[in-house]
Amino acid sequence: MMKQLFPIRHVMGFLASLVLSVAALAVIYLDLSNTANMAILLVTALIQASLQLFLFMHIGESADTKKELYINIAYALFVGLVTIFGTLFIFVWGWYA
Amino acid sequence: MDWDKFKVHGEPLIYGAMASIVLATIGIIVGLTYFKKWGYLWREWLTTVDHKRIGIMYILAALLMLFRGGVDAMMMKLQTAAPDMKFLDSQHYNEVFTTHGLIMILFMAMPFIIGLMNVIVPLQIGARDVAFPRLNAVSFWLFFFGAMLLNISFVIGGSPDAGWSAYFPLASIEFSPTVGNNYYSLALQISGIGTLLTGVNFIVTILKMRAPGMKLMKMPMFTWSVLITNVIIVFAFPVLTVALALMMFDRLFGSQFFTMANGGMDMLWANLFWVWGHPEVYIVVLPAFGIYSEIIATFSKKNLYGYTSMVFSMLIISLLSFLVWAHHFYTMGQGVMVNSFFSITTMAIAVPTGVKIFNWLFTLRKGRITFTTPMLYTLAFIPIFTIGGVTGVMLAMASADYQYHNTMFLVAHFHYVLIPGAVFAVIAGFHYWFPKVFGFRLNERLGKHAFWWIIISFNVAFFPLFILGLMGMTRRQYTYSADTGFGPLSMLSFVGAVGLMIGFVILVYNIYWSTRYEPRDTDGDPWDARTLEWATKSPIPAYNFAVVPTVKTRDAFWTSKMDKVPLFEDKITKIHMPSNTGKPFILGVIFFVAGFSLVFSLWIPAIISGVGILIVLAAMSFDRDHGFYIPVEEVIATEKKLRGETV
Repeated sequence: MMKQLFPIRHVMGFLASLVLSVAALAVIYLDLSNTANMAILLVTALIQASLQLFLFMHIGESADTKKELYINIAYALFVGLVTIFGTLFIFVWGWYA
Repeated sequence: MDWDKFKVHGEPLIYGAMASIVLATIGIIVGLTYFKKWGYLWREWLTTVDHKRIGIMYILAALLMLFRGGVDAMMMKLQTAAPDMKFLDSQHYNEVFTTHGLIMILFMAMPFIIGLMNVIVPLQIGARDVAFPRLNAVSFWLFFFGAMLLNISFVIGGSPDAGWSAYFPLASIEFSPTVGNNYYSLALQISGIGTLLTGVNFIVTILKMRAPGMKLMKMPMFTWSVLITNVIIVFAFPVLTVALALMMFDRLFGSQFFTMANGGMDMLWANLFWVWGHPEVYIVVLPAFGIYSEIIATFSKKNLYGYTSMVFSMLIISLLSFLVWAHHFYTMGQGVMVNSFFSITTMAIAVPTGVKIFNWLFTLRKGRITFTTPMLYTLAFIPIFTIGGVTGVMLAMASADYQYHNTMFLVAHFHYVLIPGAVFAVIAGFHYWFPKVFGFRLNERLGKHAFWWIIISFNVAFFPLFILGLMGMTRRQYTYSADTGFGPLSMLSFVGAVGLMIGFVILVYNIYWSTRYEPRDTDGDPWDARTLEWATKSPIPAYNFAVVPTVKTRDAFWTSKMDKVPLFEDKITKIHMPSNTGKPFILGVIFFVAGFSLVFSLWIPAIISGVGILIVLAAMSFDRDHGFYIPVEEVIATEKKLRGETV
């Protein structure tokens, strides 16, 4: 009974995402090298994103909308990556020197 | 408290606006009380979750905003009609062109299109409502109160004045110390959240709620365009949300994202703004393409030429729309490599757009064309939009753009794209679908009068701007001296603007006239049209379709008429409907209060209303309301009544 009422997976997921957010703060409070900082941010961000997708947004749950969901994720990735790398392209790599 | 910051000083025009806002509000309150319409307003409209009513409210709000943005346009045109005019001062002029752009794009074109898709898309796919009717109401009220927040800025505290693109560092607290740009960040944020929710809602509606048999490639073209548009909304609007939040932090809490010192980067604002801003152009233009596709097919009595290529060109446009944003700031300082890349992607968009234009022309070819008012707007769109497109390719060439940049040439270009590409489309769609919603057509004779006024005046108003731009007149300049030689063409442009205004007055008069005198339509299909929305009765019953249609072909309604294929095979059963709720409206009001408090840095009311928002959201998610059922007898009675039989 208690198991049905108490969403243990979601609470754990929520706690995990809080921990991950705090872990990412290490970049500010610890004096690490640039590479270490980027590594921490990338790893925590990836785990965070998959936590959201699988635990809270139930991406693996229903089989009949799988195609739409993954197309949407692909589109989102496309837009996100284009925005990030496009911005770097404009302001860093392609900036008039 | 410092009351001074709420006041806008100076001009008789602003006092006039204040007086008219107060009078209009009193008029509405007195009118509602006198005719005892408060209960009706609350029960039937403010709490509604019906997609048709929400759509109508969107369109009404859009028409109001069209009027507001039009008055802005007239003021600007009058101010620049002759050299050294003294009608507006520079500050007032800045506020007017900023709000003109914001209102026309975000509070006129967008809601008009969202209104049309609210009314039409569930009907076209044979659904009873959108997937999340309450969320739809939330969307509308957030949009509405966001729009109201921006509109009161004119008389309380001052409007945003850094252009509709609000470039930093000009829009920063340092260079724009008034509350104007606070209004910008908060009003856009609130209505932007509403738009994002609409995006989610319509993607789910179209993917999950189509009538049995309607495969994706059997959907009407308008529904396809709306699906792709909403995908763009879902991916483009978060960028605006983030950019506006950073802007708000900069202006209210002293952060340094877009400043020029302390590691901030002013150009990042322009970058993020256009990452959203360019897809935004396609958000307003793609549904317009869908509307035109429906109208051309209906009034040529042919199926749409090149259906598959139409769909794929829209998909390609939606992807390319995210790859071109830097063409809005070729002159900002990035290198040749960057500009060449964005130049090529920009020109590439002309290809799928060209495919669509040719498909429309081939649909017209050998068609039995009837020149109704919506069809006239559609036919006028093709050549005018092509002029806009060709000048767009001119602007897309980065090296040439150094000449055109920031001139009236650009202003002429985007009006030649957006007015036929969005305004003519929504007017055409308005005329086309009006009988579906209200049960009678708009008068054709008055409609054609308005059409000719609008088409001719549009060209008189905006074509001279191409020449003025090439002569060197920059955009957003509030006055000029006689020896620049800008006078005569600017006057001509003003004359065109007056003509446009007359056209729109005729259009509004037409609504009034037709409401009183136009004969009522009885069979629900006045245009002999092709798609499912015409298969139900007009005005549309609350449940849309008494029986869910079964779809076997594209243009399902047309095949059912021509080949006598039955559309409605099942029996009438009881119909499940969502119940009305006042929470979305209340949520909108609280958002408005929160936005207003933040604009003026009134922290305590801001915190209280922030908590209020959370409470309403929590209340909404714990709401156990499973809707209600309309019994079979009531459905049958309604159907009989709509068919004109006595019950």
